Amino acid sequence: MTQAGHVPGAGTPAASAAERARRDMLRDARVTARDGVRPRIGADALCEAILLQGSDTIWGYPGGVILPLYDVLVDHPELRHILVRHEQAASHAADGYARASGNVGVCLGTSGPGATNLVTGIGTAMLDSVPVVVITGNVPNALIGKDAFQEIDITGITLPMTKHNYLVRSADEIPHVIAEAFHLARSGRPGPVHVDITKDALMGETKATHPSVAEIEAGLPGYKPKLDGHPRQIKLLAEAIAGAKRPVILAGHGVLIAGAERELLELARTAHIPITWTLLGIGVIDETDPLAYGYMGMHGWKHVNRAIQSADLLIGIGMRFDDRVTGNVRTYAPKAKIVHIDIDPAEIGKNVVADLPIVGDAKHVLDALLPLVTKVDPATRADYFAELATWRTESEGSSWHGSGGFREGVLSADFVVDRIAAGSNFDANLTADVGQNQMWVARYGSFRRANSHLSSGGLGTMGFALPAAMGAAVAVPEKVSWAIAGDGGFQMTLQELATIVQERIPVKIALMDNKKLGMIRQWQEIVYGGNYHSEQLAGPDYLKLCEAYGLPAWKVSKPEEVDAAVAAALAADGPALIWFEIAERQNVYPMMPAGKGLSDLIDKWGDDGEDVTEGATGPRVDPMDPTSGGAK
Amino acid sequence: MAIVNNKPGVLNRVASLMRARNFNIESLAVSVTERSDTSRMTLTIVGDEVHVEQAAKQLYKLIDVLKVQDVTDESIVEHEFALIKVRATKRTRPEIVSVAEMHRSKVVDLGDEAVIVEAVGEPTEIDTLVELLREFGIKELVRTGSVVMSRGSGSIEEQVKR
Repeated sequence: MTQAGHVPGAGTPAASAAERARRDMLRDARVTARDGVRPRIGADALCEAILLQGSDTIWGYPGGVILPLYDVLVDHPELRHILVRHEQAASHAADGYARASGNVGVCLGTSGPGATNLVTGIGTAMLDSVPVVVITGNVPNALIGKDAFQEIDITGITLPMTKHNYLVRSADEIPHVIAEAFHLARSGRPGPVHVDITKDALMGETKATHPSVAEIEAGLPGYKPKLDGHPRQIKLLAEAIAGAKRPVILAGHGVLIAGAERELLELARTAHIPITWTLLGIGVIDETDPLAYGYMGMHGWKHVNRAIQSADLLIGIGMRFDDRVTGNVRTYAPKAKIVHIDIDPAEIGKNVVADLPIVGDAKHVLDALLPLVTKVDPATRADYFAELATWRTESEGSSWHGSGGFREGVLSADFVVDRIAAGSNFDANLTADVGQNQMWVARYGSFRRANSHLSSGGLGTMGFALPAAMGAAVAVPEKVSWAIAGDGGFQMTLQELATIVQERIPVKIALMDNKKLGMIRQWQEIVYGGNYHSEQLAGPDYLKLCEAYGLPAWKVSKPEEVDAAVAAALAADGPALIWFEIAERQNVYPMMPAGKGLSDLIDKWGDDGEDVTEGATGPRVDPMDPTSGGAK
Repeated sequence: MAIVNNKPGVLNRVASLMRARNFNIESLAVSVTERSDTSRMTLTIVGDEVHVEQAAKQLYKLIDVLKVQDVTDESIVEHEFALIKVRATKRTRPEIVSVAEMHRSKVVDLGDEAVIVEAVGEPTEIDTLVELLREFGIKELVRTGSVVMSRGSGSIEEQVKR
């Protein structure tokens, strides 16, 4: 990835030449600076260390104690600093950058409130095993613990939600700590690593050199990720596969992190096994592949959950049997021998008891397994696959508004997601927010390639979509980056519209506006007996909002307008937004109520395939207007 | 028992993990080891096998934790140290002394109204002694929590790879 890809008009010869000239000028400036004009300080070492680790982008926001770093950024022109509008967005952008590219994302904030604003993004990255290095400034050494201005015990706060964290008090420590932080963030089970650096350490002069990987590893005697699975367990798995009649693969994020999509497909093809996936496992296989069976779980496809419940061998790879995956564990996959492959030993036996546990990296384990797997003739599984196909036809037919709208021509969310994916040639990165929109993206996004789906699965962080899509757009400029957000999540981080306009980050935003907190409304309808509260959500006129921020926008409320708007947004140079006025009361079905099992899905779709939810097609309610029933 | 890096904040990491993951620490003893750069922690956690195994695995995820050994079912020496301040009169003092002596304990401070008994042994032995002393009236009690060591020639410290 080159920086030229980040800037407007990237790729044109004129732009490249201008960029080169700018860089040369800045590099000369730095050389001059190093030529006795000023000494190398901790902040320089920090920039060098980040660049040496292969990261070229920092998402950040300045503040008092971190200013020494901003003072030297001009001397490190290869490092692109992107100024966000709120530190939370910096943390999500670094996260999105990492998810889309596989490289470590870097975000930056000052002490105190700058640091606490990063916390939500740190938690998001932690729960989803995303490699992010979070850097914060802290007050000078002498003021630590004195309740100084903008001082907070941020390492105390991030301790339980990082893979590891550091408080750096001297410039000499910086090269080693940063290298170690990157190493920890990206290796083993990835995760966020937080480095808190005092102002003294940033400003102190240092001659400390950057360590080699061997030196980093030697300094971490307590950290030895286990990559290779136990050969005996792998042999047992090969035997179990040979003996299974109804095997199912359940692939998760670990497969994508390990880059084991090809090995996974080879296993499925050799032993003729259908592949299902978790929310973060979306993209492990092209969804149009005959062996791709679907997305499972609380809002997964009914046929996929059914396959899991009837399996005699369930092979979980790089996933953790989260409660949204299993529902009630006592009734989960009751007939199956459960195989659990994961790199984190603590995941084995944490949520479900595995009959055959294998600790190791998905790619390493599958590589070792493949030569042992007996080739299965698809004909011997013909009955099994015929049954799976029947189930699929039934369940897909009952959960899909193929025509694009409800009875009265109201726009349905599943249709919108489908048209976005199709209009982008099934090659865009789709970043979901949290709530109904997240489930619609997961169900109807038709993903074809790895790391093209970004979603806050573990923490379920509203406000994730726009900043994370920003990160994805910068990390993978050759792919279109969509942020698909509900009106709730979008209003949590919409200040980043200014960032994408200022930095010309070409995020395409699909605002799925039902003027509701849709998932809250759905739960209140189904679980709380229709006792609605705080689910009506007023919002601005988003066309005026976008006009104010200076990005093109379209409003769409009819199914037949969708394709043209998607095409127009994609054709726009730079960021753009489409305001989809979707059905206000569309629910995500099927749904597994909390505490229930995968066999207890609620599915209110009528026999004729229409949503029979009361009021699904009712008149629109304006939350701003008390007379329309919108005000509470 | 666990061997951890002897660095500031490591105890906090262990305690924070145990709290966050809902494990209840019954007792905890921390001290230096033969090497100055490592410390040794002995944690007593009550729970079934799965629970204790999960606690050990989670501990292992901490970068500063170098080695964890679950010694629940192993052949070990498990000892605890206690100081017990017992109410005493001229009349009861000899009785307290003899109770202490019968339990491999000794009186380390003798006052007009109280004596301090120092006890070393398995936690159950100390439990028994405390029960017996309770009838005289215990004014103060402090226990260190168990420290353990595997029997035989094996060494958890030597298992730490460097």
